[in-house]
Amino acid sequence: MRRPRRRGVVTPLVAHSQEMDKERSPAQSSSRSAATISLTRTERTIIVSLWSKISTQVDVIGTKTLERLFSCYPQAKTYFPHFDLHTGSAQLRAHGSRVLAAVGDAEKSIDNVTSALSKLSELHAYVLRVDPVNFKFLSHCLLVTLASHFPADFTADAHAAWDKFLSIVSGVLTEKYR
Amino acid sequence: MVLAPADRAAVLALWRKLGTNVGIYTTEALERTFVAFPSSKTYFLHLNLSPGSAQVTAHGQKVADALSLAVNHLDDLPGTLSYLRELHTHKLRVDPVFFKLLCHCLLVTLARHYPGDFSPNMHASLVKFLNHVISALAPSSG
Repeated sequence: MRRPRRRGVVTPLVAHSQEMDKERSPAQSSSRSAATISLTRTERTIIVSLWSKISTQVDVIGTKTLERLFSCYPQAKTYFPHFDLHTGSAQLRAHGSRVLAAVGDAEKSIDNVTSALSKLSELHAYVLRVDPVNFKFLSHCLLVTLASHFPADFTADAHAAWDKFLSIVSGVLTEKYR
Repeated sequence: MVLAPADRAAVLALWRKLGTNVGIYTTEALERTFVAFPSSKTYFLHLNLSPGSAQVTAHGQKVADALSLAVNHLDDLPGTLSYLRELHTHKLRVDPVFFKLLCHCLLVTLARHYPGDFSPNMHASLVKFLNHVISALAPSSG
């Protein structure tokens, strides 16, 4: 049973992570490699190139991705009881931008996504505890949104590269769950 | 399982718009599945899977015909698609996870070609429709 979250209350991450580290063996506490998936040079080029276009529309793409997520997979809404999730909501737009900004951070450090997203990884593991299945749903919705915004660029190779990249990001965000 | 009236109307409207082009999109969806999820090729070792292959196009058309049949028989998908269920579960033995991957690629394909029509609501209706089709093809996949 998930502990109910109170709006606006976020438990300090440091205290949590120290507590969790005590439960792990020393070998586990030290930095672990994230996903075993690695990107080829071609895939990196594709990802970086499409990101340069995405970065000019981060707000729209972030918002549309979340709208799709909440329409197609309503169970994802359970993590946002404190949000107004109606179309046009300012909170939806702000959160969509935040999600895309994190994807951007991962893209900037594409060779070390683990390090770039380590704070977010802790947030998801110790505070938010989003069930991992939702990352697949979110990734799907982002890929569909990218396809609709960049039809000419979203070739099968681009689709494959981005699916792989988002798998890596999702892997990093869930790697500290257990 | 029955599709709600609003979802039904959305899917029917989109299918009318796709017209005779459904095969083009299912073929693209298959090609994307093979590129993004190469393990899916294991079920097609007897086909030439290179880009533009006539065999993939022919298979894409088969998938299109099945989906169009489903769209026109939304009241009884299990009955209508029972012959396909038999084929995929007993003869082809396709792991149901691949149906989800193919559906994902089909949604990406349709979003590319019809961005103006592919609102979150339309997307949701299609997800529900395709989930019904997957359930009819592989009842145990949930």
